Amino acid sequence: MLIKRRSFIQTGALATTSLMLPKFLKAFEPGQYKVEKGNKVLVVIQFDGGNDGLNTIIPVSQDEYFKNRPNLHIPASVAHSLTTDAAMHPALTYFKELYTQGELAIMNDVGYENPDRSHFRSMDIWQSASKSEEYISTGWLGRYLDEQCNNCNLPTQALEIDDVLSLVLKGNIQRGLALRDPKDLVSANSRRFFKTLSHAHEHGEETVDYLYKTMTDTINSADYIYEQSKMHNGKAVYPVTKTGKSLKTIASLILSDINTKVYYLSLGSFDTHVGQAFKQNKLFEELNEAVAAFVKDMKSNNRFDDVMIMTFSEFGRRVTENASKGTDHGTANNMFFISGGLKQKGLLNAVPDLRNIQRGDLIHKVDFKNVYATVLNKWLKADDQLILGSKYKTFDFI
Amino acid sequence: MDNRSKNLHLLWRAGFGPDLNTIRNLDNISTEVLYKNLKQELKLKPEEFAVTKNLLRELFLDYENAADAENFQKANKEMIAEQKRKTQVASRQDMKKLNELWINEMVQGKSQLREKMSLFWHGHFACRNAGSLFQQTLLHDIRINALGNFGTLLKLVSKSPAMLFFLNNQQNRKGRPNENFAREVMELFTLGRGNYTEDDVKEAARAFTGWKYDERFGFQDNPRHQDTGLKVFLGKQGNFVGEDIIDILLEQKQTAKFITEKIYRFFVNDIPDKNIIEKLATNFFNSKYDIEKLMDEIFTSTWFYEEKNVSNRIKSPVELIVGIRRMGGVNPINPNTQMVFQKLLGQLLFMPPNVAGWPSGRNWIDSSTLLMRMQVPLVWASKDVLRMMTKSDDDVEMGSEDEGSRKKREENLFKRVGSAEWSWKKLYSNYERITRENLFNTMATDFLQSKNYPKKSVIEAHVDHSSREHYISSTVIQLMSTPEYQVC
Repeated sequence: MLIKRRSFIQTGALATTSLMLPKFLKAFEPGQYKVEKGNKVLVVIQFDGGNDGLNTIIPVSQDEYFKNRPNLHIPASVAHSLTTDAAMHPALTYFKELYTQGELAIMNDVGYENPDRSHFRSMDIWQSASKSEEYISTGWLGRYLDEQCNNCNLPTQALEIDDVLSLVLKGNIQRGLALRDPKDLVSANSRRFFKTLSHAHEHGEETVDYLYKTMTDTINSADYIYEQSKMHNGKAVYPVTKTGKSLKTIASLILSDINTKVYYLSLGSFDTHVGQAFKQNKLFEELNEAVAAFVKDMKSNNRFDDVMIMTFSEFGRRVTENASKGTDHGTANNMFFISGGLKQKGLLNAVPDLRNIQRGDLIHKVDFKNVYATVLNKWLKADDQLILGSKYKTFDFI
Repeated sequence: MDNRSKNLHLLWRAGFGPDLNTIRNLDNISTEVLYKNLKQELKLKPEEFAVTKNLLRELFLDYENAADAENFQKANKEMIAEQKRKTQVASRQDMKKLNELWINEMVQGKSQLREKMSLFWHGHFACRNAGSLFQQTLLHDIRINALGNFGTLLKLVSKSPAMLFFLNNQQNRKGRPNENFAREVMELFTLGRGNYTEDDVKEAARAFTGWKYDERFGFQDNPRHQDTGLKVFLGKQGNFVGEDIIDILLEQKQTAKFITEKIYRFFVNDIPDKNIIEKLATNFFNSKYDIEKLMDEIFTSTWFYEEKNVSNRIKSPVELIVGIRRMGGVNPINPNTQMVFQKLLGQLLFMPPNVAGWPSGRNWIDSSTLLMRMQVPLVWASKDVLRMMTKSDDDVEMGSEDEGSRKKREENLFKRVGSAEWSWKKLYSNYERITRENLFNTMATDFLQSKNYPKKSVIEAHVDHSSREHYISSTVIQLMSTPEYQVC
């Protein structure tokens, strides 16, 4: 079937910026400023490489911790005390403030049955929300995008601040958008060429038309995001780190009128086989400063109740340190939840019991899919069972 | 469809597209003869890509990824840290070489059908593993048997150190079964999900106990760890061993159906045609799994050349990269740039996402991969710079490289050697006798199969008109940088 060129233009697939936005980005008509209050936004920060959870939330009351880590342990005296049993990594100063203010929740011992020690495979399992022996080629947040938009006109969007789109944001039909730098997507020449192609394209072949639509939407979205991020470039000061810049972009987009409910970024590498103390500290400093700027920004715009940061890593590390002042690949780990809208705060469950471990590894007590179900069902108000393929019990912290 | 379009279709599906020497000679050769020529090439036996250093032949590889913590620690003690590091560095270099050699073979090799079929099996028997000796051996088994007998291939792959390691059969012992291999051999290699029970998995795993590779990298059927008891598998009873399980799987017509459908979707159309697949599968089963016969039936059928099966398939990243090199006579100055493209576009050879292989079709396409695909010819022609950076791969980097240094390394790689040599002279002479008036349409129909290709005026607004040569070279690059070039 051949669609006439004019009707193609009218559907808005080519568009110059702001006048004819790709439909999927635009939530509201101009002037109807901002995504409404109460519209929840999720920001996922992925710790690449397997963060050492035991030096993040430190089980200070257990001798086994100090015995297993003669060189790498963090003494209670320098860590931020949370409870008699738990303290937090010294670099996470702002996280301590959030904890005190009841804006931080921590879930310990999160993992899955039959943990895999390959970074890639374990990340695959976390991103696709599969079981250890199951292979799924879509991500849980991609399937969320599918679920939100069954033939709708206005797909909910998800944005990853990166060059390459992760599996987590790929659905069966919908896909998130990956952008590191919206103004540097292609060269000016290529951009002109691609736009000319797009203008002149006549529909007729399904696969080629699909490619044209993706190309056009991508370029227009990048333009639009660039404009929005300039327009809503507030007074808030962010650190000039990668995470700082990413969270700055995300903040500007949350405060603009786009229909994006999920943002995704990663920080790493936490793969600290050698010289862990320095590396983890450096990454946590970057995280701490960037999150501090972001939360302050959200608060001053009265959006902190509607925005939640969630962190995770593909696995934790082994209980015993290795011979290189580092740690090797382990199993269960902790997750952070940061928001003004949490229903339960602080430690949501007990810290790992180091007297009860399996071949040198923590035994997971919480399946990460229960956490996902909670976030999908209670924060994003989505059909978690449809997205995850099973009904998982939810928690009450949201 | 005209003869020429049929020939182009065949060359893109049974191989990696036309090269510079054939592209202008497709009018006067019949598709039957062209296919016979492709088959003629199969008589050449492929040579093994011998990339592994001797060092590696003496060592077990890749303990880092061992799923079993006990094995991991034991192995760690056995292998001195320094030796281990050396092995990993050497293996990484070997893998680069293996990647380069295989891509080169797809580009310049005589046996297009064999390499294309091998790429299919490489995705079917997906094995994510950074050990070069594993991969070199497995690839050679696949290339030798790519158009041979499926049963033979299945047995070889099942006994290959690469697969035994990757699917944890090393840890599968009597009384302590590891079901990973038994499960995947049914779910992904033969029957497909839903055609066996969990009990079948358990029983098959018992039969595979003791299958392992030894220190000399040979297959070993270790009687000490073997469970010789009675098993009930897919309705049959016996004291089955691994071989028996595979034979029983081959006795199932479902195996022929599963493989045929996958082949149909890879070579013909992503949307399966039940009737055609049923017929192909029956013949495949009756031929006792003769792969070459199955491919003959597909490529000599009339339905293969029907319009709905042409120009509807999104090229995989490897097909795209290889196709560009064949049609432009392109040689990257540094072959490692090809690996960066493979990573960015989502298909790094030897590193499928998991044992299920690469999800294909529209899964290749998202906002970033599409624009990156269209920039590959531009980057190789020094008309654009690489703007993207690959994601970290901690299984390979092991914390040794942070994001800043990776970015710097990739930027430097492309700044120094991002471009490629193109065979411009051959391209010019290919179009020597074409009048200026017909030049655009001739080139467009050589490079693009879409009937709906961009209009002359659109492309010409972005090409260099200063000379005939410049016109040809810039048109080639622009044509390859279109959405239409992504399909075949």
